[in-house]
Amino acid sequence: MADIKKLETAKLMKKVMADHFYEIDAAFKSGEPKVAWCTSVGPAELLRAMGFVVYFPENHAAILGASRAANDCIPAANAIGYSPEICSYLTSDVGAYLKGFTPLAKIYDGIETIPKPDVLVYNTNQCRDVKDWFEWYAREWNVPCFGIESFVNVGDVTKYHVDSIAGQMRKLAAEITAATGNKMDEDLLKETVRLSRRCSDLWKDVLEMAANKPSPLTFFDGTIHMGPAVCLRGTQVAVDYYETLLKELRGWVDEGVAAVAGERHRIYWEGMPIWGKLRENAKLFLELKTCLVASTYCNSWIFSALDPDDPWNSMARAYTELFIVRDDDYKEDYYRRMLDIFGFDGIIFHDAKTCPNNSNCRYGLPQRFSKETGIPFITIDGDLNDLRCYSEEQAITKIEAFIEQLDG
Amino acid sequence: MNYFVGIDIGSTTAKAVVVDHEGAILAQTVRRSGYDFAVVARDVFSAVLQQAKIQRVSVMGIVSTGYGRRNVDFTDQQRTEIFCHARGVHHYFPEPVTVVDIGGQDNKVIHLGPGGERLGFTMNRKCAAGTGAFIEEIAYRLDLPLNDLNRMAEEAESEVTIGSFCTVFSCTEILGMARRGIPVADIIKGVFRSVVKRVAEMDSLDGKVVMTGGVVDHNPVVAQMLGEALGRSVETPPHPQAIGALGAALIARDMQEEIKSK
Repeated sequence: MADIKKLETAKLMKKVMADHFYEIDAAFKSGEPKVAWCTSVGPAELLRAMGFVVYFPENHAAILGASRAANDCIPAANAIGYSPEICSYLTSDVGAYLKGFTPLAKIYDGIETIPKPDVLVYNTNQCRDVKDWFEWYAREWNVPCFGIESFVNVGDVTKYHVDSIAGQMRKLAAEITAATGNKMDEDLLKETVRLSRRCSDLWKDVLEMAANKPSPLTFFDGTIHMGPAVCLRGTQVAVDYYETLLKELRGWVDEGVAAVAGERHRIYWEGMPIWGKLRENAKLFLELKTCLVASTYCNSWIFSALDPDDPWNSMARAYTELFIVRDDDYKEDYYRRMLDIFGFDGIIFHDAKTCPNNSNCRYGLPQRFSKETGIPFITIDGDLNDLRCYSEEQAITKIEAFIEQLDG
Repeated sequence: MNYFVGIDIGSTTAKAVVVDHEGAILAQTVRRSGYDFAVVARDVFSAVLQQAKIQRVSVMGIVSTGYGRRNVDFTDQQRTEIFCHARGVHHYFPEPVTVVDIGGQDNKVIHLGPGGERLGFTMNRKCAAGTGAFIEEIAYRLDLPLNDLNRMAEEAESEVTIGSFCTVFSCTEILGMARRGIPVADIIKGVFRSVVKRVAEMDSLDGKVVMTGGVVDHNPVVAQMLGEALGRSVETPPHPQAIGALGAALIARDMQEEIKSK
């Protein structure tokens, strides 16, 4: 059986992510610079421009999932009143804290705990759960917690939306200054937004390499290589990383290297990864000679609206243009655009039990899109972190049957 | 003469079917899957060859399917139960149909086009409520022989409504009904009604509907009740429980035909 092909740049990512965690750990231990926690599609640029190092709990929760530690941790959060039905990132992460556990301590010598923040900053553009998550830590540590209350079911993003969110961002910056003493550096904000936009453009280029046939990249590669786009956007490190990755991928395309040898089918993945089953699922699709060429999930860290000449309004627009907060008409149109770019044969919708906002199969959208385009779909029941919600045998049968259906 | 064997190792029962080169069924067998799928696969294979009075060397192709398809270590190919049920049903119903299969732990709805091509399918979500396992659990709790359930449902003068999605909670609900003295036949009919409701909410059941699987094989009342729910009759092929194994055997034959035609 063919092995999963690894990009050389993956080695660089290990270093980049290690440096990221050591930088935060050093700041946490020395007290300088101050540490901010931020949601993954939150206003990280704003925090960097105020002199914070930024830690992303969602990234930590994903590591808990990928390392299969999540299911040891979730029950501890359930036991203090956080339901098994709510976000399993939240329950994994809070449960890990309650158990005094972090996988970072296993991976990185010298890191013992997650970094206690000086401030917690969320954006509800993904869900209300991130707010509940951050507020739990705020109570636990008596640390200030601020956030942006975002819009949901947005059709066209209008001036009304942008003005509201930009206004909330300015208010947020003032609140953070009052609570921590850190001040906004407008020049640094422009530079951070410029670097974020460059990172975003490069990440988009990386993902669109999968438009080539055969694709040099799978969804599974994307979930690994998105680390810097999540944790380091707004820094030169992330820009350098994606320039290197893009160069390697272009080389693969030039040489006709396929991520999935003998690529027969191309599939769009809609929804969260099943972090604890990434490797198994990557191998399953490899055996089926099927490449998951694109996903809404990996695309979620593309912020094409960012503009260094208009940082506040462009951040507001970028964080409101996200797929997750848009209405179903927008989402249907988005799939059509992805179909044009990537040319896929089918869609797999992941119905993640604890993540309704990333499960876009609950209001008839797959059926509508399939009827209009003729692109077939299946739905896999699972979860991002809670593997109790995932029936592996049933999922495998569904996926295999779907590929048989595409075979004709 | 060339023969082809399909082996369907389901979560509850293992089935094998032999067909000849024209697709005519020579023999079929069913037994409990037990815990060792490799052993039961060999058992049903031997049994079906014996019934058909043919030798192993005459078997030109074997396809395995079902939950334990990977445990059939002597198979030539594996195919999912979705594919095999579709192929088996298409053998009897060459027109576009919607297949409803109620298995031991999986329910499936498969939409077939005019050439038997699969247009789409749905399986039950993680929960096994509404499957054969659900019915077996209820029979066990009420200490009723599985073979009596169909007769009881047919004889029922009324029926109860089971509200819960969950098998365990449904059992609790049913035991409460039993305590209140509700006739057991009415409870059983309510159990079957619950199965029909679970299936009907899985997908759109368009056009001609054909039911397969062990549940409808042993309890034809379920097809009748689904027909009532849909407002039109629901068909069943001969031996609905073995339709996946038949489909697997026919796929083995199709593959041979394809090789010959190249």
